[in-house]
Amino acid sequence: MPDLTSLYTAILNGDAKAATAITKEALAENADPLEMVNRYMVPAMSEVGKRFECEEYFVPELLLAARAMKGSLELLRPLLTERGSEPTGRVVIGTVKGDLHDIGKNLVASLLEGGGFEVIDLGADVGPERFVAAVREKNANFVCLSALLTVTMPSMRKTIEALRAANLRDRVRVLVGGAPVTQQWADEIGADGFAPNASAAVTLARRLAAA
Amino acid sequence: MIHPLIRQLTAEGPVATDGAWGTELQARGLEPGECPDAWNLTHPDRVQEVARAYVEAGCRLIMTNTFQANRIALDRYGLAERAGEINRAGAAISRRAAEGRALVFASLGPSGKLLDEFPEQALYAAFAEQARSLAEGGAGALVVETMSDLAEARIAIGAARETGLPVVASMVFDTGKNKDRTMMGVTPERAAEELTLAGADAVGANCGAGIAGCVSLCRRLRAATGRPIWIKPNAGLPRLIEGRAVYTTTPEEFAGYVPALIEAGASFIGGCCGTGPAFIAAVHRVIVQRLPSR
Repeated sequence: MPDLTSLYTAILNGDAKAATAITKEALAENADPLEMVNRYMVPAMSEVGKRFECEEYFVPELLLAARAMKGSLELLRPLLTERGSEPTGRVVIGTVKGDLHDIGKNLVASLLEGGGFEVIDLGADVGPERFVAAVREKNANFVCLSALLTVTMPSMRKTIEALRAANLRDRVRVLVGGAPVTQQWADEIGADGFAPNASAAVTLARRLAAA
Repeated sequence: MIHPLIRQLTAEGPVATDGAWGTELQARGLEPGECPDAWNLTHPDRVQEVARAYVEAGCRLIMTNTFQANRIALDRYGLAERAGEINRAGAAISRRAAEGRALVFASLGPSGKLLDEFPEQALYAAFAEQARSLAEGGAGALVVETMSDLAEARIAIGAARETGLPVVASMVFDTGKNKDRTMMGVTPERAAEELTLAGADAVGANCGAGIAGCVSLCRRLRAATGRPIWIKPNAGLPRLIEGRAVYTTTPEEFAGYVPALIEAGASFIGGCCGTGPAFIAAVHRVIVQRLPSR
């Protein structure tokens, strides 16, 4: 296994071009894809998360790192699948009904992809029935709900109720987030988790996926 | 150079601007998921009621119901092609409500996209179209507000300046432990410098995390630019009570911060989400009390 510290650095610096080039090169030299992910790429994203937490990194740096990670992962994915390695989890994500804001949701989706999740993005203003259909069709095990407007927060509750009515609630972990959302609200509506920002959302999803 | 209108307006001391529109329209029946700006065409009477209430509250300038009326944001509602008329109507409604007693400063909000999701030229064209239509509708100045990304703010300021109207530029500082960064990590110092360089006639902070934190934001903006400072905080983050958004800050609490804001160098003081005419009337009272008697 070659030393791929440069891959770690490329992802940390959000340099997608370099990350892709190094990944291709490493694969040509028969590097082990799973080891590349576990030894260099995942640690790079955890460092990105740490820097975000201590306000050294902000949204732009986060997004660039996630894209660099995603670029490399796309090259590795087929090889990982061949070896029977599954994605970390399958996530259905969307901004809830009545709410058209999608920057936060897009950010979480990008970071989840960077975290090794398969992401099915339903967009904004998504009704409960569409979440239910997507979970069933894609056999997802995570549902991520976003809201920016306080007045659309009740749509989160309705979506969770619809999952329950469709007998899908036990199959998925439901995570909620967005500016007005709190842990208290997550508890009140029976969600499985809340994260205050996109980086924390991925940490939480990874923890729940491993549990 | 600062536009003469802005210089003249702020020469004698701070000016009360208006409060929120979105939450006022919600109180008049706007549903979640409905496009507020489309009400300029479908419910002009109710929009004018909001504008009118702010004139009555003592605002020297009122804004317009055009926050999301750039074609990129309107496209989410399938209304991109109506951008021109929505903006013209928005400016005209505020002008009618003002009846010459208040100036009309028109609102231009963000596209709602992260910048690299959109080519710069398309963004510029969208803001230029909005700015032009607002000017045609009779706006006296343009306010590029609630920005998080400096690049987007610069593009909007550039497009707005093409009209020759004065341009105010304001960002949202709601991120980080001290709530003194925009979502994209921009500090007040950097914002003040860059917005000034981009040609804004006044720079500021709006929405955000409530009025208490705005005092230090205002001081920091003030120290980094020679432009007048524009401050329009929200009434804190709302709590959801029985399905309704409830803001817990009262008009009196809100107005209690006005002396500190004036001390910190604010030239324009108003409110964002959750602040209605009662807030602005309270702000106006404090400002008037503090003006030297003539």
